[in-house]
Amino acid sequence: MALAVVVVLLVVGSIIFHFMQLYGGPWYFTELAADWGTIDFTINVTFWVTGFVFVVANLFMAWCVYKFRHKDGQKAVYEPENHKLEIGLTVFTTVGVIAMLAPGLFVWAQFVTVPEEADQYEVLGSQWQWQFRYPGADGQLGAADVSHVTPANPFGINPDDPNGQDDVVVNEPNMHLPVNRPAHALLRSHDVLHNYTVTQFRVKMDLVPGLVSYLWFDPTVEGTYDILCEELCGIGHFVMRGSVTVESQAEFDAWLASQPTFAETQAISEPDMAAGQAAYAICASCHGAQGEGNQALNGPKLAGQGAWYTERQLRYFQTGVRGGEGDTLGAQMTSMSMTLADDAAIRNVAAYIESLPDTPLDPTVTGDVENGRKIYQANCAACHLDDGRGTWYTDAPSLAGMSDWYFVTQISNFGAGIRGLHPNDHYGEQMVAMATAMSNISEIEDVAAYINTLR
Amino acid sequence: MAYVPLADRDHEMELHHPHTWIGKWVFCQDHKVIAIQYGSIAIFTGLVGLVLSLLFRMQLGFPETADFIDPSFYYQAVTMHGMIMVIYLLTALFLGGFGNYLIPLMCGARDMVFPFMNMLSVWVFLVSVIILMASFFVTGGPTGGGWTLYPPQTTLAGTPGHDMGIVLMLISLAVFIVATTMGGLNYVVTVLQYRCRGLTLMRLPLAVWGIFVATILALFAFPALLVAAIMMLFDLLLGTSFFMPAIIESGTPLDHNGGSPILFQHLFWFFGHPEVYIVALPAFGLVSDVLSVHARKNIFGYRMMVWAIIAIGGLSFVVWAHHMYVSGMHPYFGFFFATTTLIIAVPTAIKVYNWILTLWEGDIRLNAPMYFAIGFIFTFIHGGLTGLFLGNVVIDLPLSDTYFVVAHFHMVMGVSPVLVVFAAIYHWYPKMSGRMYHEGMAKLHFWCTFLGTYAIYLPMHYLGFLGVPRRYYALGSTDFLPASAQDLNTTITIAALFVGASQLLFLINIIWSLRSGPKAGPNPWGAASLEWQTPDTPPVHGNWGDSLPTVYRWAYDYSVPGAHQDFIPQNTPESEEPTVDAEHFDPDTDGSKADV
Repeated sequence: MALAVVVVLLVVGSIIFHFMQLYGGPWYFTELAADWGTIDFTINVTFWVTGFVFVVANLFMAWCVYKFRHKDGQKAVYEPENHKLEIGLTVFTTVGVIAMLAPGLFVWAQFVTVPEEADQYEVLGSQWQWQFRYPGADGQLGAADVSHVTPANPFGINPDDPNGQDDVVVNEPNMHLPVNRPAHALLRSHDVLHNYTVTQFRVKMDLVPGLVSYLWFDPTVEGTYDILCEELCGIGHFVMRGSVTVESQAEFDAWLASQPTFAETQAISEPDMAAGQAAYAICASCHGAQGEGNQALNGPKLAGQGAWYTERQLRYFQTGVRGGEGDTLGAQMTSMSMTLADDAAIRNVAAYIESLPDTPLDPTVTGDVENGRKIYQANCAACHLDDGRGTWYTDAPSLAGMSDWYFVTQISNFGAGIRGLHPNDHYGEQMVAMATAMSNISEIEDVAAYINTLR
Repeated sequence: MAYVPLADRDHEMELHHPHTWIGKWVFCQDHKVIAIQYGSIAIFTGLVGLVLSLLFRMQLGFPETADFIDPSFYYQAVTMHGMIMVIYLLTALFLGGFGNYLIPLMCGARDMVFPFMNMLSVWVFLVSVIILMASFFVTGGPTGGGWTLYPPQTTLAGTPGHDMGIVLMLISLAVFIVATTMGGLNYVVTVLQYRCRGLTLMRLPLAVWGIFVATILALFAFPALLVAAIMMLFDLLLGTSFFMPAIIESGTPLDHNGGSPILFQHLFWFFGHPEVYIVALPAFGLVSDVLSVHARKNIFGYRMMVWAIIAIGGLSFVVWAHHMYVSGMHPYFGFFFATTTLIIAVPTAIKVYNWILTLWEGDIRLNAPMYFAIGFIFTFIHGGLTGLFLGNVVIDLPLSDTYFVVAHFHMVMGVSPVLVVFAAIYHWYPKMSGRMYHEGMAKLHFWCTFLGTYAIYLPMHYLGFLGVPRRYYALGSTDFLPASAQDLNTTITIAALFVGASQLLFLINIIWSLRSGPKAGPNPWGAASLEWQTPDTPPVHGNWGDSLPTVYRWAYDYSVPGAHQDFIPQNTPESEEPTVDAEHFDPDTDGSKADV
């Protein structure tokens, strides 16, 4: 009796919950921003068919439980089979299945057939970043392969392929698309499976190392949408984020023109070490003549850090990505970074710093090395590597032999949201999430103490 | 020499009666002891899986307070939870546990055909569990690559447990498959060769049919997993490139070249989809018997039910790539696999209709097993219907890899089979132990589990509609997700903790009742199938005393017109009670042929 009532209540409750979400509730399909209304149509058809079966089957069951529950003198009716009923139900089910499958296959045919006028672009996934490439004026993407990948050529574009020279490369996880132009995404991965998902576009597809997969959609609503990775790709899976901005053709063209071509990224001149050394003089007052750092002046060690990382941080200070609210020490760097006039100056000084002798510092932080080792190996080593040297590939700076007190400050800043939450700090945001692996100051010190053993 | 059925050579058969305590309770060849060993190991392992799920649910529900769970452990817990529940709990419990206990009893046999191999099976299974558990204690911990173990990710430095954990996982799976194969061959041969006189295949209880067909699926499907595991071990340890294309690991190019990650997925799901039915078919069979007994009515449409089990089993081998619609495989596969997948809905729906029609015009006794069985119908309808979303290839595009998938497969493959497990344990408990469980506690256990799991999984579908991705340690700042998505996640965690804790009711009940439950008679439910007709309760080694039973009717003679009581045991001769088995039944005359 209670069981029958509860089943009825669950059915009614589920339906009410569903319609509450359908009409204005917070937990329903995110609003569509691409021309895939046909997918939503198929979903709606499926909801009606399955909803009907859900309600009827369960209510009938509840009614049976109520009506035929045991009473004194009751006896079940002996009826092993009823062919007419069974065949009728089979036919009914088959019709329902066809009603759902037919639109499904029809829409799938649309999905697998890319319109000829669609614009191609490439999505490159790697642990744990998105990058994008657009064909240049020739409309063709150059051949690319893992074997060509270097820090200067992260896409692995074949330098000998003329089609690749004018490719526009976007080395950050934000991409743009013109509105109402069918977009044909070619998906490529350099390491593991990833999945390119923009919830508002309704479609997704895995990126598979060794082959090029694809999907297409026609963005219809201007705006900026999250790109998520939805295929487990390692410990950084949940921080592999990006965004796509859908905008007018004119805005898109302007944005695309502001991005470098592959040829331009390859033509950057060698850094001028002498100029870098000259520019470094002003840095030396806090960071030491050899970049060894000075804790009393809050200047962390710089020697031993990859030039790619130093360059990025200098740009961050210049553009206010770092050194914002709450980061008073970082704010000092904002004004200092302004002494570097342009990108070339930044490159020069970063290259000079990379050339300085990397002498490991004496530890200033103590902690439980064993606990630090556990935390580091489980969570940090994936990007910063077992030896703590970091790599450009995962956008992870070197930690080994660097200023341990600075490490403690920065992890605390990530944890407190002082660093990494600026909308343009794509890599810092990952550290905000990963810093939770160290839940308090003593765990941060444990990790710092362990890193001190890596030298 | 002409073939003589085993049942007619009973006098030649020799049972290995144990002479020592160890022979009786440890290295025992009695299928019933082996069943309880299999079941106990599986349930213990399942408890580990349950605790892991509560831990990672803590992280999802209370991200600020559960800071002892770091990203690395989160992925390890998710992975181990999935693998433990699917393989080491459900597969082992349904085949090794219920299969072992029920097949010989329901077939009127003295034991399995190969008792020694049967014993080996359980010990090899234990070894696989020990290897699996060992991975918690090795450098790097257990693998965190997701239960699907997709390469190249599982073997690369960016994944927790990429060193020892994944190796132990693959070895454990290989050992488990050895155990399953030894057990599985036994079950199949026993069903085919060791049925007692008169027990035709079409007189078998559906529990045997479900386990029998599931075992055949296991024998065909597990080799694909074995091959995949061995090939991945080769990639890992010998540097081959079965699944490894040219890739970069942490900035360094690897020596691999030419392999295909998608090949692994095909092998995995060629196993993985039948695996769903390796779990589901025994559940279908067991629940059919529970429903029939407690509704005092034959299972409706028996022959259709048997053919549905066989059809589902067959179709389960041609739907595997519906797990891979967005894997980057050739998209044209989508047409084929969406069609086969939705076709499988037809025999599955028939089973649901027939369960409900078994209740129709029944005399329903709402005992605890019946609560669980009816709860199962509800959850299975729900889980089955959401499968029509994911199977229909275009709808999989938005929903794949979201919480909707998690909610769907937990409803259909987690909650539903587990409700059957409980139904079956309560139902057969009096036969296994000779005592009754505590009815009130069992019903309380039902309410907590049934309502609690629905509170977990109904809202989870809606998180999936929103687009919340699965396998995320934290949702972070994601613009399209309202803040209330986190509230829903918290609610789900509270429900999960409640369901987890309420399983203590089950453990306490079955342990307490072993000694203190009221004595059960040999056939407390008034069931017709053979296992309830044993001379001893619990049945002793050899099951049948001096002579094997002879069967005269199907297993579902309930409420037969003209019979003396509302059930007729299968071994009651036609001379004592009327016979109306399905083949002779004429619905138009409403049982009037009962006196044939």
